[in-house]
Amino acid sequence: MMAEQTVAERTITLEVFRYRPEQESEPTFQTYEIPYREDWVVLDALNYIKDSVDGSLTYRWSCRMGVCGSCGMMVNGVPKLTCSTFLKDYYPHPIRIEPLANFPVARDLAIVLDDFMAKLVHVRPWIIRRQEEPLEAGEYRQTPEELDRYKHFSMCINCMLCYAACPIYGLEPEFVGPAAIALAQRYNLDSRDQGGRERMGILSTHEGIWACTLVGECTTVCPAEVDPAGAIQQAKLASALGWLRRVLVPWGNK
Amino acid sequence: MVDVLRHDLLIIGGGAAGLRAATAAAQLHPRLNIAIVSKVYPMRSHTVSAEGGAGGVIKSNDSLDEHIQDTISGSDWLADQDAVELFVREAPAELLQLEHWGCPWSREPDGSVAVRPFGGMQKERTWFAADKTGFHLLHTLFQTSLQFSSIRRYDEWFATRLVVENGRCQGVVAIELRTGQIRLISAGAVILATGGAGRIFPFTTNGAICTGDGMALAYRAGVPLKDMEFVQYHPTGLPGTGILITEAARGEGGILVNKDGYRYLQDYGLGPPDPWPRLRAMELGPRDKLSQCFVYEMQKGRTIQGPYGDIVYLDVRHLGEKKINEKIPFVRELARKYVGIDPVHEPIPVRPVVHYMMGGVHTDAQGATPLPGLYAAGEAACVSINGANRLGSNSLSECLVFGARAGRAAAAFAREHPAADLAALEAQSRDEERRITTTVLRAEGTERVSTLRQEMQLAMESGCGIFRDEASLQETCNRLARARGRFMRLWLDDRSRVYNTELVAALELDFMLDAAEAVAYSALARTESRGSHQRTDHPQRDDARFLKHTLAYRTGGAPRVDYLDVAITRWPPAQRVYGG
Amino acid sequence: MRAYSRPTEFNWWLTNRTYFFFVVRELTSVLIAAYMVFLLVLLRRLAAGPEAYAAYLRFLGSPGMLLFHLAALAAALYHSITWFRLAPMAITLRVRGRRVPGATVVAANYAAWLVVSLVVAWIVLRS
Ligand SMILES: Cc1cc2nc3c(=O)[nH]c(=O)nc-3n(C[C@H](O)[C@H](O)[C@H](O)COP(=O)(O)OP(=O)(O)OC[C@H]3O[C@@H](n4cnc5c(N)ncnc54)[C@H](O)[C@@H]3O)c2cc1C
Ligand code: SF4
Ligand code: FES
Repeated sequence: MMAEQTVAERTITLEVFRYRPEQESEPTFQTYEIPYREDWVVLDALNYIKDSVDGSLTYRWSCRMGVCGSCGMMVNGVPKLTCSTFLKDYYPHPIRIEPLANFPVARDLAIVLDDFMAKLVHVRPWIIRRQEEPLEAGEYRQTPEELDRYKHFSMCINCMLCYAACPIYGLEPEFVGPAAIALAQRYNLDSRDQGGRERMGILSTHEGIWACTLVGECTTVCPAEVDPAGAIQQAKLASALGWLRRVLVPWGNK
Repeated sequence: MVDVLRHDLLIIGGGAAGLRAATAAAQLHPRLNIAIVSKVYPMRSHTVSAEGGAGGVIKSNDSLDEHIQDTISGSDWLADQDAVELFVREAPAELLQLEHWGCPWSREPDGSVAVRPFGGMQKERTWFAADKTGFHLLHTLFQTSLQFSSIRRYDEWFATRLVVENGRCQGVVAIELRTGQIRLISAGAVILATGGAGRIFPFTTNGAICTGDGMALAYRAGVPLKDMEFVQYHPTGLPGTGILITEAARGEGGILVNKDGYRYLQDYGLGPPDPWPRLRAMELGPRDKLSQCFVYEMQKGRTIQGPYGDIVYLDVRHLGEKKINEKIPFVRELARKYVGIDPVHEPIPVRPVVHYMMGGVHTDAQGATPLPGLYAAGEAACVSINGANRLGSNSLSECLVFGARAGRAAAAFAREHPAADLAALEAQSRDEERRITTTVLRAEGTERVSTLRQEMQLAMESGCGIFRDEASLQETCNRLARARGRFMRLWLDDRSRVYNTELVAALELDFMLDAAEAVAYSALARTESRGSHQRTDHPQRDDARFLKHTLAYRTGGAPRVDYLDVAITRWPPAQRVYGG
Repeated sequence: MRAYSRPTEFNWWLTNRTYFFFVVRELTSVLIAAYMVFLLVLLRRLAAGPEAYAAYLRFLGSPGMLLFHLAALAAALYHSITWFRLAPMAITLRVRGRRVPGATVVAANYAAWLVVSLVVAWIVLRS
């Protein structure tokens, strides 16, 4: 108990982006000085503010274990999951917290993610088959190697950090974007799927993979090691090879 | 008047149970107009955090009967055996359906689905996707659901009340969070798939959204809550945060040791320790027993004191780095991140943590509640297949099996009973809007949501934990009643409409107080010990009086507690034997 | 609901190292394109006869042009190096089921570059 008290005397400053559409037309920053705890993550600090200082602070969170994808914010300008970003990595300096970049702000730290939800549907992220096998036939066989081919693209938690890190998305909002393309690739590479051609038609467009100029920051910020930049480059390669094949062997294209 | 939102089938909840209900109904009736209301985007639902796996018989060395027996003895004979049979029979097809929809189940070298051992199971039958099973299951279901254009989603809408008219449930009132509008959504049938209520306790594996909303919604509509006293403690949570270290860590061979490095479970009828790993023994015993053993060890002074209470160690070092990375990579990631320990080199500090509600909305095997038009599935419901203690990995499968069943049954009901009494429903909706605005949003009291929430949680922990007795439970009931009184004098800092998360937290607290009350009073009334409900003043199981489900009905004051016989078919009550 | 859209700041590319490297890499293409133009002119002069070619070579020898070529060389180097650094993202190779580490992919790129440069040097310097 003693040890805890002396720790609690130390404080840390949070500069938090506020936007309350019913009260103001422009955002502001609000500064909170709160107790510093070695084992707190940024989300703990926000919860402290909400519970004890200012109940009107608005943000999303749920699992607090880095898997639900709801707590993404800009922490000192870098997109982070606040439930796995520790105060101790910034202390004693102040921390600036903003909503994820490149998205409209609904209120305070909560962004509007309609755009992503629409893009997710657009890339058809589900198994497409010419013929569905009956369940009685048992599972589709898939070796660990086949699983390995797409597994990391299936780890996406839809946290939107990659969109916040992507300058292309910031400048060209039509860009389908890293996570949606990675998820399309996840199905393209799944041995059970037969919808690759359909999906590539959607992806091989100006708003799709060709909008990407390989900044690579999406992969750097991704908390789930999805490597969306890799997914996009691989899709580009597949699309280019497909094009070549169609040009060189037009009759091979049934 | 704004136009009414009308659907045939309305599902509250976008977790495994809700999404499975929606897809089952959509597959069966392509023209049915289906809606999913969820207070978070579906892929944020707490199913996402399930780690270990989903149980279902698939291998040739296994049999349906063995899964049934394990489930029944795991439940300490409080499960309905007819429901368990249905469940075990249908689980494999459900898991295969997920496979066909693309779930990245872990595989054997020959390409067939791999299974792992789990606590209380005599055979390996837990399907897994490394140790992010719930995550993959949820995203597969969600992405699959996107192809059904008949499913309309209300993402980030918070249901506050069921509307009941003419003796049947015909929809809900919900807040659209981004605008703050309070709207009626009417439907021919409603399914509650709102998940658990772990947040009524301070230390839980459950995420912020697990606040028992659906249980309270049904309870307020006069539907009884069943077996609420059975709250599962998982033996291995990380101290401080309560983040779960999956049972798969033990399934793969991890051991639990006390401060002397001794595998203490052998002292409590779960041994002998070797050979290890061994099914249904030692660390692969059921969760209720393992959590109770921790308390015995603590009383003997053989646990280790840490800054967040006593701990023991979960040791997986002997598995080696390769196996850890392959089978339980998330365990390694979580331990490193949240307790600064690499399980490859050091044992993980753990303690029991509130994990799962065996109880819930009283339903039959079709998911139907006693209120016509109202169905429930998943953790919010109690069918019951879990009885007094759920076996690990049965819950995800339960969400699928009974989610699909409820989806089909509710769809059939909805096709025959469209929402009819719209004017009356609208009137209820306006009432509800008035209640929320005057008694919560603009309440003129002084009490903070967080203060009351903490008070409720501490009351639950101190009197309604792993071991309980009459005095402790009575004290909890009294404290809860006082907290309920204080809730009438609330004060919110946030009085705006748009995205008011403080309002949501207040309404969730309101729901949690109901769920907590049902837990505490049901526990007080059950004067025996069974499964996860351990009364130090009544340490024996008492089949003569309590081979029965508790039904708690809401009244103005303390709930009315009633009982219902357990369905026993082929497996007469016996002693639970593990180890050996 | 009035959502607030934050404007993109004109200096966004100065806020983060990766963005800066990226924008500079995009800009290097201007120099490289200019270099290509001079190269094309060179070909035309060669076709126009030895006189025109010699005059053009003199022009290329001027200090300004030397400076430009040095800058273009630097730009090309910068472009290649920053591009190679990203190569592991674009190329995922598997050898016997294991993913080839990024460093190996980068090294392979440099090796290929070296080989191509040596071949070019051999062709050019042979005469
Ligand atoms: C950490 C952890 C690990 C687990 N591991 C396993 C495991 O390995 N194997 C296993 O079988 N089980 C496991 N479980 C248990 C299992 O995950 C859950 O019981 C199950 O996922 C519950 O699913 P559900 O669909 O019932 O609810 P949830 O997934 O919790 O979904 C609830 C839904 O209801 C919505 N909702 C709730 N209230 C409202 C409201 N008022 N208005 C609108 N919408 C609302 C939410 O938005 C959400 O979409 C684990 C649980 C936890 C916490
Ligand atoms: S790809 Fe990574 S950063 Fe992008 S949404 Fe998915 S998990 Fe988040
Ligand atoms: S709260 Fe779920 S990812 Fe952070």
